[in-house]
Amino acid sequence: MKRRDVLIAALGLAVLWQIAALLLNRSILPTPMLVAQAFFSELTSGLLAEHTLASLWRVVVGTLLSVLAAVPAGLAIGGSVRLNRILSPVIYLLYPIPKVVFVPVILLFLGIGDAAKITIIFLILFFQIIVLVRDQAAALPPQLFQSLRSLGAGRRALFRFVYLPASLPAILTALRQSVGTAVAVLYIAELFATQRGLGYYIYYNGSTLLNYPAMYAGVIAMSLLGLGLYFTVDWLERILCPWKFVS
Amino acid sequence: MIQIKSLTFGYSGYSPIFQSFDWTLNRGETWAIIGSSGCGKTSLLYLLAGLLKPTSGEILIEGESIVRPRPGTGLILQEYGLLPWSTVKQNAELGLRVHNFYGPDGRHAPQGGRTSMDIMPWLERLGIAHLAEKYPSQISGGQRQRTAIARTLALRPDVLLMDEPFSSLDAVIREDLQALTLELCREQNITLIMVTHTIEEAAMMGKKILLLGEPPNTKPKVFENPNSGDAEFRQTMEYLEICKTLRKELGNETS
Repeated sequence: MKRRDVLIAALGLAVLWQIAALLLNRSILPTPMLVAQAFFSELTSGLLAEHTLASLWRVVVGTLLSVLAAVPAGLAIGGSVRLNRILSPVIYLLYPIPKVVFVPVILLFLGIGDAAKITIIFLILFFQIIVLVRDQAAALPPQLFQSLRSLGAGRRALFRFVYLPASLPAILTALRQSVGTAVAVLYIAELFATQRGLGYYIYYNGSTLLNYPAMYAGVIAMSLLGLGLYFTVDWLERILCPWKFVS
Repeated sequence: MIQIKSLTFGYSGYSPIFQSFDWTLNRGETWAIIGSSGCGKTSLLYLLAGLLKPTSGEILIEGESIVRPRPGTGLILQEYGLLPWSTVKQNAELGLRVHNFYGPDGRHAPQGGRTSMDIMPWLERLGIAHLAEKYPSQISGGQRQRTAIARTLALRPDVLLMDEPFSSLDAVIREDLQALTLELCREQNITLIMVTHTIEEAAMMGKKILLLGEPPNTKPKVFENPNSGDAEFRQTMEYLEICKTLRKELGNETS
């Protein structure tokens, strides 16, 4: 995804938004200019930045934890026919459950702190990553292993030199696919029992203060957060998988 | 010296491919193994590589019984086995990196000190030094096979096993790599065992040719071909004769 294309798309959306705001002519849909003013004033006051940082922290920690847990598990399952046979049915049963339904239960068990919100993000990303990494590990051509084993590689070296680098694209694909879901779930998670985070900020401004320009400024901040995460994954892919970009 | 003693091997649920099979090879010899599909050429190579285990019998290389891949044996496959995410240089270094990963334990890597990690002389010897930073997807089939050869020879093996290594290459590159392989094996006193399905390649590469027939193989059928190896050999009557003999024998085996 090129930055110029994103900018053009953003301008196009702003034009449509302006037209819709003019047609509706109600305070619930302020014009993009009004929202932009609110965005910069909330940003300079430090309020929006504080909520954005709180959300960013939760997404980043949830993502890192899910990568740390799901990658070794996915590699182990994908690299072993027996483990795959035993554990794949469990994954298939749990994977389709929308994890957001566990929000009340997780809040009940983990309380009102960051742990509950991070756990929800962790659960969503964990299953996406484990499935993709497992598939990637199981699909590696046998010749690669025979050839590595003939060079003296045992199980540890196979993990170090084959499974781990081979799973990197799968991890990044899983992250790219999950960023949108993670941000959406973050909003829901931050509706409950917190006074920090973009979810809370949007809900509080929209439903309690009826400050719609500030509410939309929060929506834009959330969209920028997701976009920033997308670009981070793209950047990581260029750094970690340069072989995918050669012609 | 490689000794195969009373080897019996078959895949479970199928009749044996080898039964009480004995075969002896001397150090520094160049062998070609030829036979029709399903005769056990690749299985024999994998047994020698320690990637398959005999049902019964024993394989000895330099007196050591082969139960797992041996650090001194190199294996090169048709599809090269290069890592797509590593450059030519990193791929060529891979064997050395694996050995250094374990240290000189005698099991994964040879005992008696670490090997030099400097792969560039090998890349230069194989004419691919200028491709060191390229990825496998950016180079030709012949260049990939040169990378695989560099990776294996950098480990200084005494036995080199090759499974139809040049079958997907065009004729000129194939002949070029055949000559280079023979030259390097002569230089390093390596025992070469190459599986091929091409009569011409077997005749060109093997000073001794093992013909495998319909399983089970019980006795090795060996053809002496002492003058093979030089580029001019292709122009001789001897070459045509050995090709004719092999063609006839293969026909007899499959009919």
